[in-house]
Amino acid sequence: MVMNNELPTPSGEVGEEASAYARAVDERGQANVALAGHGVGRPRARLAGALSAVLASRWLGAVVAVLAVALPLLNADTYLIRIATDALIFVMLAVGLNIVVGYCGLLDLGYAAFFAIGAYTSGVLATKFGWPLLATAPVVVVAAVAGGLLIGGPTLRLRSDYLAIVTLGFGEIIRITANNLDFTGGPNGLYGIPDFGDFGLRSDIAIYWVTAVVVCVAVLFASRLGRGKLGRAWRFVREDEDAAEAMGIHTYKVKFAAYIAGAVFGGLAGVLFAAHQTAISPPSFNFLWSALILMAVVLGGMGSTPGVVVGALAISLLPELLRGAENWRYLIFGLLLIAVMIFRPQGLLPARTGEPKPRRRFGRAARKPSEVEA
Amino acid sequence: MHNLAQLVFNGLFVGSFYALVALGYSMVYGIIKLLNFAHGDIYMLGAFAGLTTLSLGSGALGGGFLALLVIMLVAMLATGTFGVVLERVAYRPLRNAPRLSVLITAVGASFALEYGIAVAYGPNPRVYQIGVSGGAFEFAGARLTYAQLAMMAVAVVLMVALDALVRRTRTGRAMRAVALDPKACLLMGINVDRVISRTFFLGSALAGAAGVMAGAYYGKVDFLMGFTIGLKAFTAAVIGGIGNMRGAVLGALVLGLLESFGVALFGSQWRDVFAFAFLILFLTLRPTGLLGERVTERV
Repeated sequence: MVMNNELPTPSGEVGEEASAYARAVDERGQANVALAGHGVGRPRARLAGALSAVLASRWLGAVVAVLAVALPLLNADTYLIRIATDALIFVMLAVGLNIVVGYCGLLDLGYAAFFAIGAYTSGVLATKFGWPLLATAPVVVVAAVAGGLLIGGPTLRLRSDYLAIVTLGFGEIIRITANNLDFTGGPNGLYGIPDFGDFGLRSDIAIYWVTAVVVCVAVLFASRLGRGKLGRAWRFVREDEDAAEAMGIHTYKVKFAAYIAGAVFGGLAGVLFAAHQTAISPPSFNFLWSALILMAVVLGGMGSTPGVVVGALAISLLPELLRGAENWRYLIFGLLLIAVMIFRPQGLLPARTGEPKPRRRFGRAARKPSEVEA
Repeated sequence: MHNLAQLVFNGLFVGSFYALVALGYSMVYGIIKLLNFAHGDIYMLGAFAGLTTLSLGSGALGGGFLALLVIMLVAMLATGTFGVVLERVAYRPLRNAPRLSVLITAVGASFALEYGIAVAYGPNPRVYQIGVSGGAFEFAGARLTYAQLAMMAVAVVLMVALDALVRRTRTGRAMRAVALDPKACLLMGINVDRVISRTFFLGSALAGAAGVMAGAYYGKVDFLMGFTIGLKAFTAAVIGGIGNMRGAVLGALVLGLLESFGVALFGSQWRDVFAFAFLILFLTLRPTGLLGERVTERV
């Protein structure tokens, strides 16, 4: 033991305390994440743990992605392609909101606002100025970031509850503004929005493929973002903002990063939505949308990419199975939201906690030789 | 129409509605630091409870203002009880949970309440069959109806009663103590759970009263009527300093006046945008509100 203590300090005598400090600094980030990574509530059930381990394997993700891209080759039914495109766009929204709510723990109740900003920006540029839809994407990103700055700037400094209600107000502001202005088409909205070009395919299949590729990349990007340095900082902020700040994380910047990332995801999903629908109008972006996206994130498991994807698919495809009875459905969604929070706050398919396994193994392997030497 | 006195009166009238709802928001926030998203929907529930009472007892009650008062009392009891049940079922199990969980639960409660009413009463607006039109008179160039004045008077009476309750009774003292430090209250033998229940009862009852008055005044109610007013009430509570009750009333009146002038300047289709933009502006410039104190987060 004694040897073990002295080993890491080259200077030997300078002191145990100095070496302990240096080690703490070295390991600080990881140690904290191990603590912070534990689930939100009680320990999760073993079955769900095993299931989420299966879901988290990258092979399953690859298989699902290939299946999603290959769908038109398997079955090119118009109705199927249409609802599949809708579902994929919804997945993108849910994954984007997951960055804000799941990773960083900020409640955004007006996420549809960014969706609307994206759809309207690209719609206006494409129909009124004749831009090709692809060229509008950079402008959409800029617009979404601007919206995020406008709302996040003042409110992210305050308690997280304020953000929730301000975003709710922001969602309404965007919707009402789109309804009142002339160049957004007023209550009728915009129509005749072009698609990305048909690449010599049936136009709905072309849009489907563009959507599928964009969404797969987005899901991959979001999941890797959550695993990186910034992702660890987000989870730390979610678990304990004060402790994170004390450990030297600039919480305001980190929260801002999450909020802006979510905004960009929402905006790009809006572009896909505009291309897919070819017509957009203000009621498409009401609070119901924001609530449904939140529902997908919470139900699937906040912070867990596979869980959120499954949640989004379930929320967007269920209505196709249960046509009619909309009010009943929303009533049940609301009750489910309460029940999930009380009985299973980590969601149905929770994120795997702690550091990714391979890295931990390498860490041990690296330390072993030194112990042998000692 | 655009004379100053009329704008001021309209603002104060709308502001008194906002105040009744904002009080409940602010009280609950002050005591357990919870943003009760469902509060606006409790206002809506009050309107529908009034509607049911009206359809059940319209023969016995007749029309007019006295009937309105009776209906309001029934609706206040109903929404107050509902508020207590909501707290017991949805919020109490999560009192020590992370803040995000509680917020999401509140959103779920709001959603369930809205669509529960849509299932029970149908999604279309319902007509409120009570005649409170009465006469009108001119005062300083503004046209005032007796119904408006009576409703404002009721609102003022309710607010004064609440203020007296919080400042002069044992319950009120317990409420203020819990708001200050729940743990110390527990040690001093205050039944904190009961105090929180009572707070929910009072706040929800006030929102219910506002709902009945809105139903009677506008003549129709629908299941989404609480959404916007919930947001507005929150705005009012923030303007006044959230957690501060007199601040909530002040904030509501300020918001009512601002809206009234905003509508005169920009047109009524921008009313809500104006109010919410003001919320964002206020949170940027003075997040503690007009009467709020600087709150430091304790760990």
